[in-house]
Amino acid sequence: MSLKIVVLAKQVPDTRNVGKDAMKADGTVNRAALPAIYNPEDLNALEQALRLKDRFEGSTVTIVTMGPGRAAEIIRESLYRGADNGYLLTDRAFAGSDTLATSYALSCAIKNLPEVDVIVCGRQAIDGDTAQVGPQVAEKLGLPQITYAEEILDVKDGKITVKRRLERGVEVVEGKLPILITVNGSAPDCRPRHAKLVMKYHHAKTVTERQEQNDDYMFMFDKRPYLNITEWSVNDIQTDVNWLGLKGSPTKVKAIENVVFQAKESKRLAGKDTEIDELMKELIANHTIG
Amino acid sequence: MNNIIVYLEIEEGVVADVSLELLTKARSLATKLKCKLEALAVGSQLDGIGAQVFQYGVDKLYLADDARLYPYTSLPHTSVLVNLFKEEKPQIALMGATSIGRDLGPRVSSALFSGLTADCTALEIGDHEDKKEGKSYTDLLYQIRPAFGGNIVATIINPECRPQMATVREGVMKKEIFDANYKGEVVNLEVAKYVSDSDFVVSVIERHMEKSKSNLKSSPIIVAGGYGMGSKENFKLLEELASVLGGEVGASRAAVDAGFAEHDMQIGQTGVTVRPKLYIACGISGQIQHIAGMQESSIIIAINNDENAPINAISDYVITANVEDVVPKMIKYYKQNSK
Ligand SMILES: Cc1cc2nc3c(=O)[nH]c(=O)nc-3n(C[C@H](O)[C@H](O)[C@H](O)COP(=O)(O)OP(=O)(O)OC[C@H]3O[C@@H](n4cnc5c(N)ncnc54)[C@H](O)[C@@H]3O)c2cc1C
Ligand SMILES: Nc1ncnc2c1ncn2[C@@H]1O[C@H](COP(=O)(O)O)[C@@H](O)[C@H]1O
Repeated sequence: MSLKIVVLAKQVPDTRNVGKDAMKADGTVNRAALPAIYNPEDLNALEQALRLKDRFEGSTVTIVTMGPGRAAEIIRESLYRGADNGYLLTDRAFAGSDTLATSYALSCAIKNLPEVDVIVCGRQAIDGDTAQVGPQVAEKLGLPQITYAEEILDVKDGKITVKRRLERGVEVVEGKLPILITVNGSAPDCRPRHAKLVMKYHHAKTVTERQEQNDDYMFMFDKRPYLNITEWSVNDIQTDVNWLGLKGSPTKVKAIENVVFQAKESKRLAGKDTEIDELMKELIANHTIG
Repeated sequence: MNNIIVYLEIEEGVVADVSLELLTKARSLATKLKCKLEALAVGSQLDGIGAQVFQYGVDKLYLADDARLYPYTSLPHTSVLVNLFKEEKPQIALMGATSIGRDLGPRVSSALFSGLTADCTALEIGDHEDKKEGKSYTDLLYQIRPAFGGNIVATIINPECRPQMATVREGVMKKEIFDANYKGEVVNLEVAKYVSDSDFVVSVIERHMEKSKSNLKSSPIIVAGGYGMGSKENFKLLEELASVLGGEVGASRAAVDAGFAEHDMQIGQTGVTVRPKLYIACGISGQIQHIAGMQESSIIIAINNDENAPINAISDYVITANVEDVVPKMIKYYKQNSK
């Protein structure tokens, strides 16, 4: 048995390094101001996909990502680890999408692919921490979902068994294929890049990248079709533009505030015995403790 | 029609705290909006649910009772919500930001094309003017949440689509009984009309759920340790202080990551939110993500050897010293001087 696997992976700003100019006046993210990384849980998702590929000969792993041109990097990073090919959805019409509009675009792209058995996503992306896109893509494709997967245990007779990690426990569930799975950060880390695959794919590029770079390697793309990263715009996937971008997003950002905490007037102590005794006495007297 | 509805999370016949907290919040929103508060229980053997929730001011309780609906699976529960919402057209729908709520919410919002805001830390009612379109809206739900790793707070609205959906983490809202004698109406839903057999495509084979070990959320006194505690050993000192004071031990994420404390002890944006009478922060620097989960404590004591630690700004008492020195003194004084 071989499986057609799709991984939804996103390039995210590294929210662990946020500076002041990270948000634009209209409340959307100024991605240019932050380093872009592979969303951490999407790497866990990729690993689960690659393990299925290792186990079931002839399986393929296809990456789908939506983002600006530089998100092609996500596809290369995936190819270096063992993915087979990737599609970059990029178009101005996608800009400003909330999770519903994003999931709509991603679901249209998946419908544009040949049959799919398993779609694997990360649980959530660290730029928004919403964990919505996976389930919403599943709903739009009319597929069942298994969220919070920690390990895909088996695939047999058209059924997949998955161990889920929940807040207060674990569950093993079984679902029918085709299905969408979201993978938790507690799942095994992704394997590192493979040196041979880096050699093979480091010239993999989208059409736009090739046009921009105009380098000496242009001759390779005809002879080595696997170096083509497919780029899709709204016109390449059957979409209704009313469902995309800001228009297709029911949620709007009304206001953004920087977090400021009200400073209190505090009593300063140096930790001397008498000071601590005084403090404890006060707390007992006013019934905070005791 | 156009009421507020809260999805009740139920484990072994007991309504989860997060749902009761949401009912408390939703009750006050409903009063403000002059609409009714409704609750929806989906599961099996739900007879005892009314007795648990009416006192939170529920006007109408929908029950979708069917053996196949417990334990939770995504599609059947989604179908109940989607079909009921199509009939009842609630203006607001709330659920816990739990493993269940965050599996269910997005699916429902996708099916109804209604916006959903995850992990809200505050919910308010307010107006909105869209200057570009020249439209104004009244009585929208402001869905307020941290974004970008907690560095900013965003107010999200859904001007056009209904219901306005939001999830909230456990412990973020306060749970409070509205009226112990409050009685609402029970509506039994005919499950077959809402759920189809083809929804049962995922089945639960094994399930191990644990009751939360930590009583952090309800404890009036919390002694929390951070990375500055230095070791798991040193956390014992905090356990001792907590135990003499009758409190619980909490931790920062850095302390949890370092293995000094258990995961369910984490306080902050990605842990529990607490609001005790007394919060003693030991060796915690006080990054935004931590403060988000404890700033509403009545009295805050910071013990930190850095006089400029951010935690100091929000503390009532700032003790600039080493925890190893201060905590034993506290224990000693209390042992000698309390009855
Ligand atoms: C998306 C996201 C979510 C997060 N969620 C959370 C969350 O929910 N909760 C949370 O806590 N953090 C969270 N964090 C992490 C947070 O940003 C901080 O990294 C963390 O709170 C720091 O923990 P700390 O104060 O214990 O450690 P540190 O920042 O390392 O501070 C240690 C403190 O101990 C003091 N100290 C050292 N030795 C001593 C001594 N002997 N005596 C007294 N004081 C001493 C030091 O002066 C210092 O102030 C999150 C981060 C991100 C990006
Ligand atoms: N623009 C995107 N491109 C590809 N995958 C995405 C995108 N946005 C979200 N996803 C997938 O959906 C998951 C959840 O994202 P989120 O709902 O934004 O937290 C991510 O971990 C990805 O697997």
